[in-house]
Amino acid sequence: MSQVITDKHGIQHYMITINVNGDDYTRVVKANTLLVNVLRDELDLTGTKKGCELGDCGSCTILLENKPVDSCMILAIEADGKKITTIEGIAESSELDKVQEAFINNGAIQCGYCTPGMIISAKALLTRNPHPNEKEVREAIAGNLCRCTGFVNIVKAVLKVSEETNDKEVISNE
Amino acid sequence: MSKDYAVIGKNVPKIDGREKATGAAKYAGDLKFPNMLFGKILTSPHAHAKILSIDTSEAEKLPGVKAVITHKDVPALKYGISPARWDENIFCIDKVRFVGDKVAAVACIDEETCYKALKLIKVEYEVLPAVLDALHAMDEGAPQVHDEYPRNINTEIHQNFGDLDKAMAEAHYIRKDYFVGQRTYQSPIEPHSAVSIWKDNKLTIYSSTQSPHYFQYYIAREFGLKMGDVRIIKPFVGGGFGGKLEPTGLEFAGSVLSKLTGRPVRTFYDRHEMFAHNRGRHKVYMELTTGVDKEGKILGVHANFVSDGGAYTSLGVATSYYAGGLLTLTYEFENYKFDMIRVYTNLPACGAQRGHGAPQPKYAFESHLDNIAKDLGIDPLEIRLRNARQPNTVTINDFGINSCELTACLEKAADISGWREKKGNLPKGRGIGIATGSFVSGAGYPIYRNDLPQSAAMIKVHEDGTAATLYTGAVDIGQGSDTALCQMAAEAMGYRYENMKIIAADTETTPHDFGAYSSRQTLMSGSACKQAGEEIKKQILDIASTIMSLPPDDLDCRLGIIFSKSRPTAKTITFEEAARRFFVLRGPLLGRGVYHVPRLGGTFKGAAVATSPAYSFCAQISEVQIDEETGEVDVCEVWDVHDCGQVINPMQLHGQVHGALYMGVGEAIWEEVLFDDQGKILNPNLGGYMLPTALDMPIVHSELVESYEPAGPWGVKEVGEGATNPTMGCFNNAIYDAMGVRIDSLPLTYEKVWRAMKEKREGKKEV
Repeated sequence: MSQVITDKHGIQHYMITINVNGDDYTRVVKANTLLVNVLRDELDLTGTKKGCELGDCGSCTILLENKPVDSCMILAIEADGKKITTIEGIAESSELDKVQEAFINNGAIQCGYCTPGMIISAKALLTRNPHPNEKEVREAIAGNLCRCTGFVNIVKAVLKVSEETNDKEVISNE
Repeated sequence: MSKDYAVIGKNVPKIDGREKATGAAKYAGDLKFPNMLFGKILTSPHAHAKILSIDTSEAEKLPGVKAVITHKDVPALKYGISPARWDENIFCIDKVRFVGDKVAAVACIDEETCYKALKLIKVEYEVLPAVLDALHAMDEGAPQVHDEYPRNINTEIHQNFGDLDKAMAEAHYIRKDYFVGQRTYQSPIEPHSAVSIWKDNKLTIYSSTQSPHYFQYYIAREFGLKMGDVRIIKPFVGGGFGGKLEPTGLEFAGSVLSKLTGRPVRTFYDRHEMFAHNRGRHKVYMELTTGVDKEGKILGVHANFVSDGGAYTSLGVATSYYAGGLLTLTYEFENYKFDMIRVYTNLPACGAQRGHGAPQPKYAFESHLDNIAKDLGIDPLEIRLRNARQPNTVTINDFGINSCELTACLEKAADISGWREKKGNLPKGRGIGIATGSFVSGAGYPIYRNDLPQSAAMIKVHEDGTAATLYTGAVDIGQGSDTALCQMAAEAMGYRYENMKIIAADTETTPHDFGAYSSRQTLMSGSACKQAGEEIKKQILDIASTIMSLPPDDLDCRLGIIFSKSRPTAKTITFEEAARRFFVLRGPLLGRGVYHVPRLGGTFKGAAVATSPAYSFCAQISEVQIDEETGEVDVCEVWDVHDCGQVINPMQLHGQVHGALYMGVGEAIWEEVLFDDQGKILNPNLGGYMLPTALDMPIVHSELVESYEPAGPWGVKEVGEGATNPTMGCFNNAIYDAMGVRIDSLPLTYEKVWRAMKEKREGKKEV
């Protein structure tokens, strides 16, 4: 349980430590502080977008312990002690991740607002299933709304990554 | 596209692809400034009510609240975007006109304090009867939304071309049908946001806007500022689709809050507030009467429409003219009557949504035409071929058509979809439908009357020639104009796309452009960029001729290499070398371009709306599977064939077709903004307002026909909106083909299909 600090108005604040993109950050948050707001406002990681704050659009998708979740649906205190990956940390080096590259090369990005969440969901799928079929791709991104592309080139980009991934690589990544 | 081009016609990587894929791209809501405050607007809980009093004293006392403003603190000057009807105030003065109308605003140290402060503002209302049904808004004794507009009539159009009575008298067959559209909302994934900074008599606003120019003009006007003292900057924008074309309460209230506090103020809508601000598609009630000869050739059409405009005008005057004006494009007929009334209601204001005014009338007309084809025993493809618009024609309402390959679009769509094999041969429950569409390539006239050119551009070559920056007022909201315009500039310069940089959509640093609407930028902004590039090329070849000792006429430049056209073996030099020499000897290497639209259109009232230098055309065929038990509509496959002239970037172009079609898919089957009997939105969120997901989207085939538009740079024209127009009618026709039921209102929900099938089975209704 995180350390509790009570301010002069009697409001409780919680000290949490989250590991974001490989680094630990300790912050004091309120009980109602959303994880998405800690990432965006406290850590300036604005690649995680807010589109609805109701868990409908998927723009704020991050990896929490390697699982894709809407960060607007998670309280910051729930993430205490947990490992988080945002779009800023999805590539292992300064190079682009293969999913990012495929999105750029296949016309999967238009306005770009859904893109970070979409890439996170696609990355999570490809990590657990390196060779999904089209239906599996569509299911994996069904929680991410895009208003620009009709999903046509997004699906194409994800399948392209799968095509270009050889199984040797998959095993070595694991 | 001819193989002779080095940069255009190719799939270059999107210029901002990397920033967007890495999360580095900053949108208005991502911006942070030192000492920044947060602002929120208090809105009306009633559809129609008198404001008796507003007490802000409690809110002002709350720690963290830095300013509270009401109508008393802002100019009373009415604003709007259609100059014919400026009817909005920053904050309501004596009454509110819809649930969500603006009443007051606060600026606070954080978002949470804003919400607390809003709750402390006490507004006393006297609730008035509201007009929620457009068809009764004109009734004698109906409540008045605006005193200035009797019977709630906002826009009234009566146009008459040719001799409709004569045409109908001569017609072999006349049919009348009635269809009803629905309210939809653009629903960009990025909510509207703005940061306003009013400091030292200068107002700077970063906003999610489709047009910095219109924002600058209307905001300067509202506050009595010189346009030069208002700077509008567009950061990355997360989609617009028409909803971000006009300034909102965010910019107006944010500016005043910033002026009062002396601090930057970030204002923003949440998803619910976006639905309330709206400016989405009008619900149109459409009666169509058409007379045809024995062969199904259209002799005359009467379109008689009423639309629900909501509480304010927004762009609704233009929308109303577009609704009927664009109906003359795809099929040739010489007699046309168009009557339209847009009424005010106590609902959120409607405006311009992708395909501005055209998609619902197109749904009605394409369904109506299929009814006529069936009555006459003509194949739906055939009746369209017989009436299809031909190139180099003029519509009855004076729109000049240059290129038009609609016939080729229909033929190709039929071929690739297997129309002729499938039509009449599909099993029960499966159907195939067809429809056409057309759209402007940029509005011929700006929204408010002025003589500014449509677009201007500048290019500055870096001193050592290793980069060139395009300065354009054109607005990339995701459609990819930054990329396409850099391709066009590089092509004209003889330069490499990879070396292009762009600064766009900032009223202080970039030259004028009206912005992203009416599918105008590739043709209009592209023309200016091409001209600027050509001016660079002329200068670079001139200096190169002195270096190479060859006449400038004999030189050309391609992909940054300057060479002799007549002497293939002559030594070449690089663009960089020539550019560097130019700077040393003559100073900055600059190119300028400007694009004016020639005078277009007729002289009748409203003749300017829907004029354009060029029109796109398209044909769509779709195949659906209907579940006979549940009425579920499964759109299996869609074939879209577009005549969009020449192509600058094929991948982006097809992306536009996919997106426009996607919006049509949603509007066709699921999307509708719903209200309760008090005028409150029932589904103001993306769970209740159902955008199609990746699982709902059919298989899409996007194809083109060869076409060259003489009015466009390198032969280009529209692609961003046209594919929204045919979709709803196309699906409706496919549903009819599958089940023999005609759905006469949008959206074509499972329930409506189920009910129609039930009624048909029980013999209650025959189409």
